[in-house]
Amino acid sequence: MNTLVYWLPILWAVLAALAIFIYVCLDGFDLGIGILFLGEHRKEHRDVMVNTIAPVWDGNETWMIFGGATLYGVFPVAYGTILPALYLPILFMLLALILRGVAFEFRVKANGFFGMTFWDRSFCLGSLVASIMQGIILGQLITGIDVKNNTFVGSAWDWVAPFPIFCGFAVAVGYTLLGATWLVWRTETDLKAVMQRASAPLGVAMLVLIAIVSIWTPLLRSTYMHRWTDFPEIVWVAPVPVAVLALAALFFLSLRKDSTRLTPFLCALGWFFLCFSGLGINVWPYIVPPSITIWDASSPPESQLFLLAGASILLPIILAYTIYSYWVFRGTVTADQHYH
Amino acid sequence: MPDLSALFLARLQFAFTVGFHIVFPAFSIGLAAFLAVLEGLWLKTDKPVYLDLFKYWLRVFSVVFAMGVVSGLVMSYEFGTNWSQFSQKAGPVLGPMLAYEVMTAFFLEAGFLGVMMFGLNRVGKRLHFAATSMVSIGTLISMSWILASNSWMQTPQGYKIDAATGRFLPADWLAIIFNPSFPYRLVHMALAAFLCVAFIVGGVGAWHLLKAKRQKRQPTEAVKVMFSMAMWMAAIVAPLQILAGDAHGLNTLKYQPAKIAAMEGDWESESRAPELLFGIPDMENEVTRYKVGIPLIGSLILTHSLDGKVPGLKDFPKDQRAPMYVVFYTFRVMVALGSLMALIGVFSLFLRWKGSFYTNPILLRGALLMTPAGFIALLCGWVTTEVGRQPYTIYGLLRTVDSVSPVVTLPNMETSMIAFVIVYFVVFTAGIGILLHDFAQEPSTNEAELERDQPHRAAGITQISHHPAE
Repeated sequence: MNTLVYWLPILWAVLAALAIFIYVCLDGFDLGIGILFLGEHRKEHRDVMVNTIAPVWDGNETWMIFGGATLYGVFPVAYGTILPALYLPILFMLLALILRGVAFEFRVKANGFFGMTFWDRSFCLGSLVASIMQGIILGQLITGIDVKNNTFVGSAWDWVAPFPIFCGFAVAVGYTLLGATWLVWRTETDLKAVMQRASAPLGVAMLVLIAIVSIWTPLLRSTYMHRWTDFPEIVWVAPVPVAVLALAALFFLSLRKDSTRLTPFLCALGWFFLCFSGLGINVWPYIVPPSITIWDASSPPESQLFLLAGASILLPIILAYTIYSYWVFRGTVTADQHYH
Repeated sequence: MPDLSALFLARLQFAFTVGFHIVFPAFSIGLAAFLAVLEGLWLKTDKPVYLDLFKYWLRVFSVVFAMGVVSGLVMSYEFGTNWSQFSQKAGPVLGPMLAYEVMTAFFLEAGFLGVMMFGLNRVGKRLHFAATSMVSIGTLISMSWILASNSWMQTPQGYKIDAATGRFLPADWLAIIFNPSFPYRLVHMALAAFLCVAFIVGGVGAWHLLKAKRQKRQPTEAVKVMFSMAMWMAAIVAPLQILAGDAHGLNTLKYQPAKIAAMEGDWESESRAPELLFGIPDMENEVTRYKVGIPLIGSLILTHSLDGKVPGLKDFPKDQRAPMYVVFYTFRVMVALGSLMALIGVFSLFLRWKGSFYTNPILLRGALLMTPAGFIALLCGWVTTEVGRQPYTIYGLLRTVDSVSPVVTLPNMETSMIAFVIVYFVVFTAGIGILLHDFAQEPSTNEAELERDQPHRAAGITQISHHPAE
């Protein structure tokens, strides 16, 4: 195989995985804050929660558009099979994201148009449904997609199965944890204390869910199983569970201190990173398990090179100004700051 | 062969979602440029009226931008869910362009939007102006990429077709991006976006001028400035737009003559052709009934000569004809509104010279009536060019019927269409309601003061200070 034809898809798979991971981290806490509205009814608290993300949520969601566009440009076969296969979950996710996205603006400006309560609910349920749907999409992708001749041949309801739905639930809990620990970092006094108390049970739930998904996934397919039982693959994967437990220790210790800030959030991100890596190890080198590899799915080298030339310059710049914009709005957010 | 009614619903869904979407980016493109100009003027002259106007329109921008983002997110996935065959075949060409749009434009807009909206006192005036400019530049870059993609679907070049898979492979990226219709479409769309916003701003200005007149008081400085700026734009850009539209039409005649025939309602190719003002196209019997036309002008407009030959739809086989009964009308609505906009622009110049610019009731009422004219013209133009491309998605190469997904079945399409209609109805009704509510408020003149008194509440530049009760 020609070197370019071999290496370009690998490089792009890593870049695409990185983009999706950045999306999961950024929009994860963002969506999690919406889900936390379920348990937080005080208007002052809700305003602060939204204000911690108001300046950055657009940028967070852009990573998802980037993921879609990369898939379209670099792995068009994956784009053209995964999306039809997950037609309904994607549809529900998009509609949920619409309802929650506009709520940022509408909840304070509603002026009688359905009112703030309506848009708070829309923010909360939109975040919840979008999170669950993302988990279902992930779960169904791991389970495998029925493809013949690069065309989806399964049913639109394939995703209504125990594993994808369980993943939907797990991702929603994970995002809630990200949201809670983000607020431990970015808020003060009352709200921080509430979120710090909520983080511990969420952390426990997250660990239990990680354990179940980790045992369940290899049982889905023997190729997945071999990654975790055969030598030398096991050398790569063995550190993953160990690292999860190490982070758990750090997480619960830091939560016991009143002065804790960033550590719980970083631990939660660490868990996401490890799960994401574990997932990558499982499915590699398939982009549409069980039949389409990253090489089968990729566009011609001309397309990939054209995009790579731009991406290698633009992505570092994008990261730089994204960090700058977070830096501008650094520090804790309190009730007397109004973003609207 | 996919289910034809499902295919129709898939097309309807695309038209519906893109139609809702396109309004907001166009609004953002024009408004971001307007905001950058306002802030630039404020920095240069230090007149508080520009800051007042900046803050007033920034509130509008935040709502418009949010609706653009969420409706655009749908588009970037709808290609895959509903049009997977198209995506797989054209993905190697169009996918990288979309990805470039995200990398060069979407991130830029989203990255600086936060600073633009909430960061004035955190970063200082100059950096804030830089952020506003970045957002504005981002909207322009975004427009360029998406129009390059769209134009390639209209006038494809620089590709080769892979025999084994039927995929379009890029051969020459410069030829793909700078395809023959791209420059014309880009200019036409950019001017359209500016006109949309000019007439929104002008309409809001006219409303407040009329209100002041009714209440027998002097209008505020801010209202006069915004009305004046809007009418300058109308006077300059609307005539330019007519020239740009004419050039775009000639380009279409060269590359997509069947589209022109459908737009003009012509069945027979002829020289010394009339320009139809009205008619009822009948696709079945290949005739346009009840024609009202101006002799010779059709040839004159399309060929710039009185006896030039213009195409007729009968020159093209039946299975290559765009639905005339759609594009014939949308084209006429667009042209009529464009002419009215130019008329208002010229009329406003006359009134400036006469000295009754801020008071003339015909201009003020006319501008108020024309508030949505830019958007209606834009949507009509969009329908003309997109429906005019039928029955192809990639003109002459890939048919719409071969572009859809295997999951485009009637139950799926019905479910998703209903869901889209409900959600869009709720979201966009609320959004437009909020915008109208904002428009009904006059730009306040004390916001600059308010901020100087309370520097530590800086982040709240979009605070709703015009509702002291809240």
